[in-house]
Amino acid sequence: MISDMSQVFCVFSIGIILVFIAGLYCLIATANLIRAMIGLELLTKAVTLFIILTGYVTGRVALAQALAITLIVIEVVIIAVAVGVILCVFRHNKSVNGKLLRNIKG
Amino acid sequence: MDIINTILLVVLVVSAIWTVMTPRLPRSAIGLGITSAVLTIIMFKLSSPLAAVFELSICAGLISAIFISIISLMPRITAQDRDIRQKEHFHKYWLLPIIIVAAAIALSQFALPTNFNLPAEPVENDVRIILWNLRHLDLLGQIVILLAGAFGVAILFKERKND
Repeated sequence: MISDMSQVFCVFSIGIILVFIAGLYCLIATANLIRAMIGLELLTKAVTLFIILTGYVTGRVALAQALAITLIVIEVVIIAVAVGVILCVFRHNKSVNGKLLRNIKG
Repeated sequence: MDIINTILLVVLVVSAIWTVMTPRLPRSAIGLGITSAVLTIIMFKLSSPLAAVFELSICAGLISAIFISIISLMPRITAQDRDIRQKEHFHKYWLLPIIIVAAAIALSQFALPTNFNLPAEPVENDVRIILWNLRHLDLLGQIVILLAGAFGVAILFKERKND
């Protein structure tokens, strides 16, 4: 007999993995830097939901919320800096295609 | 399991797939905002209102606005180029829905753990006490990373004398 909490965990875990796969596919398939950032955002959303879910099923919601808030703050800083980098790349290359950056390999 | 939770989860996955699959970037940014909004409702349902408010205001609001702003700075493309890009886009992403469906079927066959009993400890259930008293180093880390981000952006857009 599967408990209710276990069922919640199982169903939500499947959804989280699917969102993670969508974000990962976006990161792998695209050369557009803005779309890559959107893929990264989806990955972070999956991780945030997983933290909240584990807090919910283990009864430590407050701790999970504290961790999720920290993750959201880190996420927004990463996005702000990444958008700045993308704008600089656009200024230099007149494109946001990541393939054009391969010439910095040396 | 609540039927509303299941519906919300399906909407979350579908909006995430739409975000990735849609060929136009503004729609993709809007899809990301919708995904964040649905995630917010799920967080409320999972008894995490404070994190949900953060998710709604920062992720659904601020980050979507940042994405829309940067997309609006990019030059417009011609209708012909758009058609070509849309075809290329579907060539790249047609596999994603198949992978998602296959993964959903495969994952539903797995038996995930049923026992979530953790070592018994006195657990504080007020997020303010956790954040301010137990995890105050996290707050310090957040301040440091915010400052690092602010300095990073400032340096990226610093005007050089030679320029």
